[in-house]
Amino acid sequence: MKQKHTAKVLSQQEIALAIYDMWIETPLAADARPGQFVGIYPKDKSTLLPRPISICETDAARGALRIVYRIAGAGTREFSGYREGDAISLLGNLGNGFPLEQGCGKRAFLMGGGIGVPPILELAKRLEARKDIIAGYRDANLFLGEDLAKYGTLHIATEDGSAGTKGNVMDAVRENGLEADIIYACGPMPMLRAIKAYAGERDIPAYLSLEEHMACGVGACLGCVVKTKEIDHHSHVHNARICTDGPVFEAKEVEI
Amino acid sequence: MNTQVTIAGVTLKNPVMTASGTFGSGMEYAEFMDLSRLGAVVTKGVANVPWPGNPTPRVAEVYGGMLNAIGLQNPGIDVFLERDIPFLKQHDTTIIVNVCGKTTEDYVEVVEHLAEEPAVAMLEINVSCPNVKEGAIAFGQKADALFGITKEVKRHAKQPVIMKLSPNVTDIAEMARAAEAAGADALSLINTITGMKIDIHKRAFALANKTGGMSGPAIKPVAVRMVYQAAKAVKIPIIGMGGIANAEDAIEFLLAGATAVSVGAMNFVNPYTCVEVVEGIERYMEQYHVESVTDLIGAVRE
Ligand SMILES: Cc1cc2nc3c(=O)[nH]c(=O)nc-3n(C[C@H](O)[C@H](O)[C@H](O)COP(=O)(O)OP(=O)(O)OC[C@H]3O[C@@H](n4cnc5c(N)ncnc54)[C@H](O)[C@@H]3O)c2cc1C
Ligand SMILES: Cc1cc2nc3c(=O)[nH]c(=O)nc-3n(C[C@H](O)[C@H](O)[C@H](O)COP(=O)(O)O)c2cc1C
Ligand code: FES
Repeated sequence: MKQKHTAKVLSQQEIALAIYDMWIETPLAADARPGQFVGIYPKDKSTLLPRPISICETDAARGALRIVYRIAGAGTREFSGYREGDAISLLGNLGNGFPLEQGCGKRAFLMGGGIGVPPILELAKRLEARKDIIAGYRDANLFLGEDLAKYGTLHIATEDGSAGTKGNVMDAVRENGLEADIIYACGPMPMLRAIKAYAGERDIPAYLSLEEHMACGVGACLGCVVKTKEIDHHSHVHNARICTDGPVFEAKEVEI
Repeated sequence: MNTQVTIAGVTLKNPVMTASGTFGSGMEYAEFMDLSRLGAVVTKGVANVPWPGNPTPRVAEVYGGMLNAIGLQNPGIDVFLERDIPFLKQHDTTIIVNVCGKTTEDYVEVVEHLAEEPAVAMLEINVSCPNVKEGAIAFGQKADALFGITKEVKRHAKQPVIMKLSPNVTDIAEMARAAEAAGADALSLINTITGMKIDIHKRAFALANKTGGMSGPAIKPVAVRMVYQAAKAVKIPIIGMGGIANAEDAIEFLLAGATAVSVGAMNFVNPYTCVEVVEGIERYMEQYHVESVTDLIGAVRE
């Protein structure tokens, strides 16, 4: 059941330049799935809409969930000022999440690019597969690497070559001669397009987490759609709602 | 304490409705609230055939509200009647269907389909969407065009007809009078105000459609003024909306002359807004010993 409620910040730290890592105490942690997200409401009344942020990790024992985010504008800047004990207003859990069954026992790529890396962590924790985790960054301002390395073989790519493979996540796949039966990915659109093309050539499934500007976050406003190959079951046109039918889609289903 | 209001012979349990397009057909927000608490659910605009809507980005936040250019994406009347109406019928609330179209024939086709559905209590005709190129808003910006479409819809409609007016006009009173003269049973206003946002870093429009409809708290004073002017101009009941965030806002609209109110963009900010407005109006009535909510309609001291 979705709900909006006020939760409590347990901790926050800056883990890389302008990248923040926050743990939140919330009942939403109990049934949060990897690839789902929460809507976080800034308190400042000039910023009314919820900010979609992926669930990075959950800790059921503590009843807590973790988010890792970049300061992108007014809302995320406000969040970065929160301290232990502060109240935080959340809408969750939103979206479908990554399908875990499909990858069970297979060779899987878990690919994250930039601020698309965070949801890969909880996925890596829960997915029972032979995992190559490939994380792409702009430069050596890396984050979450140590956490990810606990759950699979980690490969790093940086655009400027300052760490790991020089280039993007696909370059890291080629350089390391990696192979997979299934792909999970979250990141910027050019990266997702390249993954879709790669998966298409090899005829393997790829589950991509997409991003779009949102208003309601719950499927009511039709603000956040992506073009679909087939007529969508809900909209009856070639459009699916990223906030509810996604954010994770099989690459073949969407026109990106 | 009596919270009931009556619009064109249809009695609502309270004067609080959802604004079209912000609440789907209720399914999504039914997870947050009991829809039976609402005076009415007003559905997303539905056309004769499915509409794909506009490219993304379709929404953008602005100071005190948001812009949208959804472009009236909808699954078409057939799916709507098969899926959405049966869902809404399970709840003890009034169903108002918002209708959109590009031509007079489109509107009439939808209205005729809905005529056979007794669960639909009223029709709200959207002639004021700023986000579709053809038809739609053209009907809502000229008094003679509004008169024509209202008359035609009334000729085919079985249910009472609410004409939804655009704020993007010079004289709202003239538009209100034209709709009334053509036989409209009620008016609703305001629809969104046309706006624009530019991202100065990308030197690009925030919305793919360039322009979008503005809604949210920042438009409320404009909406209250227009509801007041329309209420002065006509005798038919008015449903007021535009930036309602809480019961205080809703009561302002009632005092300005609205018989009922709709909550739109603020559903996105707080999914419990509608129910909180219902409860807040009840508290206000207790506090000021108001017997019937109808005592508040147009009760601002001149
Ligand atoms: C499903 C999903 C998951 C996400 N997960 C993360 C995450 O884990 N970590 C992270 O750092 N970022 C994530 N993002 C991006 C994040 O939502 C934006 O960076 C954030 O909304 C920016 O808000 P702001 O107020 O700081 O920026 P502003 O630019 O001031 O925001 C203005 C408006 O635009 C919207 N907006 C701006 N950028 C984006 C964007 N990229 N996507 C969607 N809406 C946007 C805001 O929500 C707000 O409504 C995710 C986005 C989506 C859709
Ligand atoms: C995302 C969105 C979609 C909308 N879709 C419709 C629609 O389909 N038909 C319609 O008549 N009005 C539509 N509206 C306008 C609202 O019903 C309402 O008139 C307007 O938003 C002002 O109220 P508010 O400030 O409370 O949102 C839409 C508004 C928003 C924000
Ligand atoms: S954000 Fe409203 S439908 Fe997705």
